[in-house]
Amino acid sequence: MRVSMDIELKDVPGQMLLALQPLSECKANLITVVHHHQKRTPRKTVPVKLVLETRPESIETIKAKLEENGIRVVRVGEHRFRESINVVLIGHVVHTGIQDTIDEIDRTGFAEVVDLSLSMPGINMLSSALMKIDAVGKEDLHKALAILKEVSAKKDLLMVLPIDIQA
Amino acid sequence: MKTVCCSILGFGAIGQGVAEVFLMKKEYLESIGLEVKVVAVVDSKGATVNPEGVDLADCLVRKRRDRTVALENISGVEVIQSVAHDLVIETTPTNILTGGAGMQNMFAAFKTGKDVITSNKGPLTLKYRELMEAAKAAGSHFRFEATVGGSMPIINLVNEVLAGNKVKSIKGILNGTCNYILTRMLEERASYNDILAESMQLGIAETDPTYDVEGIDTACKLVILANAIFGIDATYNNVEVTGITKVTPEALEMAYEKGHVIKLIGEVSRERIHVAPRLVPINHPLAVGGTLNVASVETELAGEITVTGKGAGPIETASAILSDLIAIYGD
Repeated sequence: MRVSMDIELKDVPGQMLLALQPLSECKANLITVVHHHQKRTPRKTVPVKLVLETRPESIETIKAKLEENGIRVVRVGEHRFRESINVVLIGHVVHTGIQDTIDEIDRTGFAEVVDLSLSMPGINMLSSALMKIDAVGKEDLHKALAILKEVSAKKDLLMVLPIDIQA
Repeated sequence: MKTVCCSILGFGAIGQGVAEVFLMKKEYLESIGLEVKVVAVVDSKGATVNPEGVDLADCLVRKRRDRTVALENISGVEVIQSVAHDLVIETTPTNILTGGAGMQNMFAAFKTGKDVITSNKGPLTLKYRELMEAAKAAGSHFRFEATVGGSMPIINLVNEVLAGNKVKSIKGILNGTCNYILTRMLEERASYNDILAESMQLGIAETDPTYDVEGIDTACKLVILANAIFGIDATYNNVEVTGITKVTPEALEMAYEKGHVIKLIGEVSRERIHVAPRLVPINHPLAVGGTLNVASVETELAGEITVTGKGAGPIETASAILSDLIAIYGD
């Protein structure tokens, strides 16, 4: 997943190498490096913004390794563990209150419904919905799915999950 | 030449398939040093018995003409107890509530020290452990490749070909009827009920399709895999089951537009046994169409191994029975 990271480097030679080494050791893929050499923080350090792709479990290791190298990690991107999933719901999706189903996910704060396709072939027929859910991290995604599972059970909806997700 | 004397208990589609395969493979079996002599064929109305070997071609003709092979009013258990033979080929219909005739036949076979090869899921779903113990106590061979996935090798693949590998999970499509219905619903954009009716007309779905479409058949196969491969003492009650009856053509179409098909997937691991419709990416190895079965085995050493094949059909199922027979008696 994509992570943005604000770090601060001392203004001495060789600092960038120390900053990139932990990324390479953790097999993170560096997307962009913006080196604000003309700016200085009040601590006289040089702010650098990194965007990288890595596994969620590597984030803490990368942070620790950077700090070991004397590099200050100021911020790790808010949506650093962004995960996405498509789920199909089948049943009386609309009549049982689709807005309420969406709200149950949205109000968690860590997951939200970002896309919805809906098909209602007839008033007394089962409707079908394909819902895309984004979550901050894998664990949060599973929590959101557990909520959706509960809602689906209450509303007698069939919830069809992707094969790679523990149902 | 080794002579294997056997009985065929249950002479429906599978039992007849076994007879056809024995006739078809007579020369091949002889070439590997095996002569298969069927001494009794039993159906629900009685039996044909001949210690010198029954005429299988004649049995097939009579079954199709008279709807029975019965020349004597004698049951499977009585054949097991009174006719000398080595192997019982048990192909009676699956009954997952009581185990049906198959349960009695298997226990009777072990009691008399006979080997058993079966395609019947019922007894294995209900009393796997007891059956294994009875077979072990009798020193009998007990093989049941045909119970899961028809001709598609899965039990023997894992226990023999992949021996030494720890299996983490098995996922797959283990019911051809459900696969056919979901495939056709997507292709034709037709309702579940319409395609179910079509499947019944084509003989793909049974007159009572409940076992298939409610996921019960898949769950039974998972119970057998849980016991035979994971060593879990599981029964049907340990399986979470959701069938395909609620799946709509619209849901299939929406999923397809996002690059997925909906398939009834059975999943077994040490932690859980689960059957439900799932979204499968269209380029995924499990996204097979028609009546095919497929299973993906996640192993510790060999990674993921996927097999696919015909899950039903008399000759295909008989192929699994033949492979079990050769595994027991071949050199």
